Amino acid sequence: MPHRTVYEAKIEHLQILDEDGKLDKKLAKDTLNDDQVIHLYEQMRICRELDEIAFKLQRSGRMGTYPQNKGQEANAVGSALAMKKGVDWLVPAYRENAALFMHGLPMHYVLVYWMGDERGSKIPEGVNITPLSVPIGTHMLHATGIAWATKVRKEKDKAVITYFGDGATSEGDFHGAMNFASTMQVPCIFYCQNNQWAISVPREQQMNSQTVAQKALAYDMPTLQIDGNDIFAVFKAVKDARKRAVEGGGPSFIEAVTYRLADHTTADDARRYRDPAEVEAWQAKDPLIRTRLYLESVGKWDDKKQTELEDRAKKIVGEVVKAAEGIEKPHPSDFFNFMYAKLPRDLAEQRDTMRTSSIGRHPEQAGLRPQTAESR
Amino acid sequence: MPEMTLVGAINHTLDLALASDPDVIILGEDVGLNGGVFRVTDGLQAKHGKDRVVDTPLDESGIIGSAIGLAIAGMKPVPEIQFDGFLGPAYDQLVNHAARMRTRTRGAVTVPMTVRVPVGGGIHAPELHSDSPEAIYAHSPGVKVVMPSTPYDAKGLLLAAINDPDPVVFFEPKRVYRSFKEEVPEEPYEIEIGKAKVVNEGDDLTVVTWGAPVFQCLAAMDELPEDVSIELIDLRSIYPWDIDTVVESVRKTGRCVVVHEAPMTAGFGAEVSSRIQEECFLHLHAPVQRVTGFDTIMPYYKLELEYLPEAPRIKKGIEECLAY
Ligand SMILES: Cc1ncc(C[n+]2csc(CCOP(=O)(O)OP(=O)(O)O)c2C)c(N)n1
Ligand SMILES: [Mg+2]
Repeated sequence: MPHRTVYEAKIEHLQILDEDGKLDKKLAKDTLNDDQVIHLYEQMRICRELDEIAFKLQRSGRMGTYPQNKGQEANAVGSALAMKKGVDWLVPAYRENAALFMHGLPMHYVLVYWMGDERGSKIPEGVNITPLSVPIGTHMLHATGIAWATKVRKEKDKAVITYFGDGATSEGDFHGAMNFASTMQVPCIFYCQNNQWAISVPREQQMNSQTVAQKALAYDMPTLQIDGNDIFAVFKAVKDARKRAVEGGGPSFIEAVTYRLADHTTADDARRYRDPAEVEAWQAKDPLIRTRLYLESVGKWDDKKQTELEDRAKKIVGEVVKAAEGIEKPHPSDFFNFMYAKLPRDLAEQRDTMRTSSIGRHPEQAGLRPQTAESR
Repeated sequence: MPEMTLVGAINHTLDLALASDPDVIILGEDVGLNGGVFRVTDGLQAKHGKDRVVDTPLDESGIIGSAIGLAIAGMKPVPEIQFDGFLGPAYDQLVNHAARMRTRTRGAVTVPMTVRVPVGGGIHAPELHSDSPEAIYAHSPGVKVVMPSTPYDAKGLLLAAINDPDPVVFFEPKRVYRSFKEEVPEEPYEIEIGKAKVVNEGDDLTVVTWGAPVFQCLAAMDELPEDVSIELIDLRSIYPWDIDTVVESVRKTGRCVVVHEAPMTAGFGAEVSSRIQEECFLHLHAPVQRVTGFDTIMPYYKLELEYLPEAPRIKKGIEECLAY
């Protein structure tokens, strides 16, 4: 037979909680219980509050450019709950704040970071998170590497998840990360938050592929498309992928279909390139709305609880802002101190004279420096 | 004559190039409908079409690599890399391919492209949005490197770059994008790549700089006593660079301070200083002084002004050199 099929594949889409808050009970089995749903709903709401306050901080000049997470929170909270806190690694981009908080990053760190301060990336001991990745599509290789190490070291019950956008899948490093992970069969979950836009470029223009999920087929990776605004689907997909990973089944890919409800960042104006009608349509699919509807439908939520939560969110975020703005100013020479484990002598000298010298140095200034062989 | 900002002058020049030469094509992330994140290409897609002002996938290596192909096929691509820090993923295509094609093929295959890149710090931008990598590319034989600091120069150098038969990295100091306007003639003109500009004539000391620090140097000069006479040179082209203008000036003044945002060690100031030492040795009254960024990662914006060569530090450098 000269012609035969050597490979066939299909992409499945998973939705468990629809936009009206209706749950598919069969699919929801062994996923989230109502207490967990309440917990995730609260996390999403608090994160939404932070997002809105961050936006205001930027607008009032108290913070620099900030990328809002608005509309995508289900991805962060559902996946974070499915991963093992303090054991697994999270390798984020910048639109999954709530996941970082759930895995132990103090909330004010994110504000400190976007306030232009590296200390926001000084991840506390015991928190297995890499810093936010502003360069697009380059950090997934790091996730592959971390997962590779857990395999080499035969660490049990440990996996890695990395988050990235639809745009990021265009970078060469994305394919490198996928190919390495697949070839080495490492316990890594590739979680694409397909929010339909990469700044002004819509997904259909970013790629000619019908789905993002199918990109994983090239690497023979288990792959799935899910409703990324559905915490049940997110949780289930990540939980299954994690199980496969820790049982030696290698990497998995998840395309989460979601939507960026806000501008790309506070420096962007999405009205220039996208139809307000599109945004409006997606507003109805907001993960907060449907999760609340679900909780109300099972009698676990009411207006009073909502008001309480909103008050709590305000209070928490108020404290977070205070913590972020209250952090003492970095020392002017702070940016020297972490360049190397041991500062080269010349660099230490630049630091110590940054206020008194122009950097340029005269022989007579040089003469002031000890010129022993030791100090070289 | 219309007055334009740097952003406006570059936009106007790209418009002119697209209108006058069908081989010119603009490509990059968000350059089309959105007009670029700095609006440098604003309105160009609407005017010249989606085939000529192209929103590409998010892939810097892809942008430069495919621009090489466009150029080989006879077009004049003008790719944009959204920020200085994102030249990283494009480095291989730029340095290992674009730069080498002519010499590898002994002139048979060439890459006439102009890579536009916003450059430098001072605008409170996120990580990797404030770097000054010009020395890396000046140190990469086969590419030319320019960095105009004014709207007028930007137009002349951009047209020269687009019409240049070799790859040119065209750095746009983002701190200057909207900082002032000046008159820019509407008709096309070129400024020769490799020619510096004497911004201010003087006898006591030469300051050599490029990009946004030109204005920091001017501010520093304003603070000096009136009887101190500084010759300020805006290099404009980093490679090839105007050795003659610099050497002639330093032979006259006998003193020189070089100012740039990039780190000091192996920065382009080291090259300038070394050339001066070779060609002006007997004329020098003082060692050549450098006032630059420190040898660190460009800090995130809370401390960026501590890192950048701002006017007070430049003034100090000038005073130290004069006092020598
Ligand atoms: C390597 C690199 N190139 C370009 C940019 C500029 N940039 C910042 S975000 C962005 C779009 C990212 O889109 P996507 O991956 O879909 O993530 P989203 O912002 O939608 O969450 C671009 C082009 C960057 N930060 N890094
Ligand atoms: Mg996106």
